[in-house]
Amino acid sequence: MNRTPGQFKILASENVADPRLRRTFQSATGHALGQRAQSVQRVPEWEDLRDRAHRIKEEAVEHLDSYLEKLEASVIRRGGRVFWARDAKEASRYVVELCRRLQASTVVKSKSMAAEEIGLAEALEAAGVEPVETDLGEFIIQVAGETPSHIIAPALHMTRQQIGNLFHEKFGIPYTDVPAELCAFARQRLRRQFLSARLGVSGVNFAAADTGTIVIVENEGNARLCTSLPRVHVAIMGLEKVIPRFSDLPLFLRLLARSSTGQRQTSYVSMISGPRREGEWDGPEEFHLVLLDNGRSDILADPRVRRSLYCIRCGACLNTCPIYQRVGGHAYGSVYSGPIGSVLTPLFQGLEVAKDLPYASSLCGSCSNICPVKIDLHHQLLWLREKLASRRATPWQERLAMSLFAAGMKDPALYRMGSALLRLWLKASGKSKRPFAVPGWSPTRDFPALAETSFRQWWADHRQQGEGP
Amino acid sequence: MNVSLFIPCLVDQFFPSVGINLVKILRKAGVSVDYPREQTCCGQPAFNSGYHEEATQLARRFLEVFGEAETIVCPSGSCTSMVKVFYPEILQDPGLGRQLQEVTARTREFSDFLVNVMGIKDLGVAFPHRVTYHDACHLLRELGVHRAPRELIRHVRGIELVEMENSDACCGFGGAFSVKFPEISTAMAQDKSAAILQTEAEYVVANDSSCLMQIGGYLSRQGLPVKPLHLADLLGENL
Repeated sequence: MNRTPGQFKILASENVADPRLRRTFQSATGHALGQRAQSVQRVPEWEDLRDRAHRIKEEAVEHLDSYLEKLEASVIRRGGRVFWARDAKEASRYVVELCRRLQASTVVKSKSMAAEEIGLAEALEAAGVEPVETDLGEFIIQVAGETPSHIIAPALHMTRQQIGNLFHEKFGIPYTDVPAELCAFARQRLRRQFLSARLGVSGVNFAAADTGTIVIVENEGNARLCTSLPRVHVAIMGLEKVIPRFSDLPLFLRLLARSSTGQRQTSYVSMISGPRREGEWDGPEEFHLVLLDNGRSDILADPRVRRSLYCIRCGACLNTCPIYQRVGGHAYGSVYSGPIGSVLTPLFQGLEVAKDLPYASSLCGSCSNICPVKIDLHHQLLWLREKLASRRATPWQERLAMSLFAAGMKDPALYRMGSALLRLWLKASGKSKRPFAVPGWSPTRDFPALAETSFRQWWADHRQQGEGP
Repeated sequence: MNVSLFIPCLVDQFFPSVGINLVKILRKAGVSVDYPREQTCCGQPAFNSGYHEEATQLARRFLEVFGEAETIVCPSGSCTSMVKVFYPEILQDPGLGRQLQEVTARTREFSDFLVNVMGIKDLGVAFPHRVTYHDACHLLRELGVHRAPRELIRHVRGIELVEMENSDACCGFGGAFSVKFPEISTAMAQDKSAAILQTEAEYVVANDSSCLMQIGGYLSRQGLPVKPLHLADLLGENL
């Protein structure tokens, strides 16, 4: 189950060869894309919204230091606490120590990619604390001992029949594959946990610097329970989730809901500004905000890939990506998959450990085209490829081929001579009409034969005969 | 008007008819055509694999070769987008500023040139067949050319254009991607072919020889009867 980004090639070819998995991915992503397309169609100013969101994210990321400090001050002013975590370890340790202080034996968690990224569940388990996933999809994969295969739909790779079997085996309930019945079972089971947990952990979709408000978007209500029932609430956010102003929020809420699930608005939008205050009826006694760096400062330092920090984790680029559609999220060997995963994973974990990912794209550009904040995702992949090539982390055969290619193409005489010699040789060996055998290509596709006369030869011949210009 | 042909290396070596037919089309459109013989490759294969130094050298050559050209026309959306979209990204030399700007502005993909520059939609061609059109990714999403090729097809006498499902979905070529990830690339070709077959078209038309090589290579290996056809071949052969 411990997959790494270095295994992409193997995992991808396994998954693409599995017809059942392919059907599951294709129908789930196709459904999500259809919903999105329908809801985006009803917003004639959609392209303007994307432009505006891009500019606001640009503003936030270009001045990340000052907006984060502003956010910190605002949260503290509201009675919350802020912890700056340099890496995954520091962030997890902070939560584990909170559990110790509270003597909490369970933690209720709502869906959070940042928590997945830092391996919080594992860290809690290692400290003897039971992490309870309360998002239905996360709950399912926790029971299955799996990892999320999609940013928005963690259990996207499973069919309802598989989930029915899983619940039947693990909990001894009668088999059912009716979603409402499976959901009712999970709800009943989780409700007890909400009431007894002392600590609730959530992610953050947006954090407004001016008001210190963190915003959580969801459809199940579990995040609202996680953040309001336990005595203490810890929210974990990647540094890039800060937005300059609370008034920017409506724009992002529209873009996020429509891009991810095709909804006009999600069922719940929680806006949390600090812990419960005097005279308030509900809310936690303590509110902690963990600001997670974990490689983000390094991304910020490189202007060519900086825009990857604009991501609002809607998952649309996964759904539209022809590679993701065919290999699924697990093939990427990390919590972030699809095009945004192919950009972030090498940046977070190191180019060398994830060097296939920047190449796992046909550069078709449908990711950049769908991105609600207009990240040029496929161009970011090109910059990562450049980093790999300039570090000589690409195969030596490829480097050699590229220098020969450039040398030949730089010199038109050499190019002409090469193409003429190749034709002579093919003719002499009787292979001129035969298609080339190209490794990787030819097992499944025919490759064309070299044309008897190249275009440039045709041009030269016809110009001599006076048929040319 | 004087047009300088920019013939991609793939067309030059494997699909010369595309270039020859483009010459016929342009002459029919009433422009004078020239082929700068010093041209080789735009550098995209190196650029896409991360070899920007090699690509930059070829980009500089391209500017030298086409520096004086009035208009540069290319029968490939992919190679055109290399020049128009990516040259400005890799050629950061301020000394090139003006030349770069001029060359990228003057480079046009051929259907875009015919329809949007020359205002020509009807070349007086007849082709009584059922065809479907595949949107090449770079032509569609890097250059935003969607209508021009369809306009040209619709004005062909006797032709029946049937849109396939997801005509904007990638065929799976992607340059080196097609051999680095052959299983994924082939799966994409398979789905593209299924969409093509559903239209019951005799020909799948596109404006990039590389896409057609991928789609055609898969179709012929499967023994499927649909034929790949470059739009320049469709128009030029029937002039």
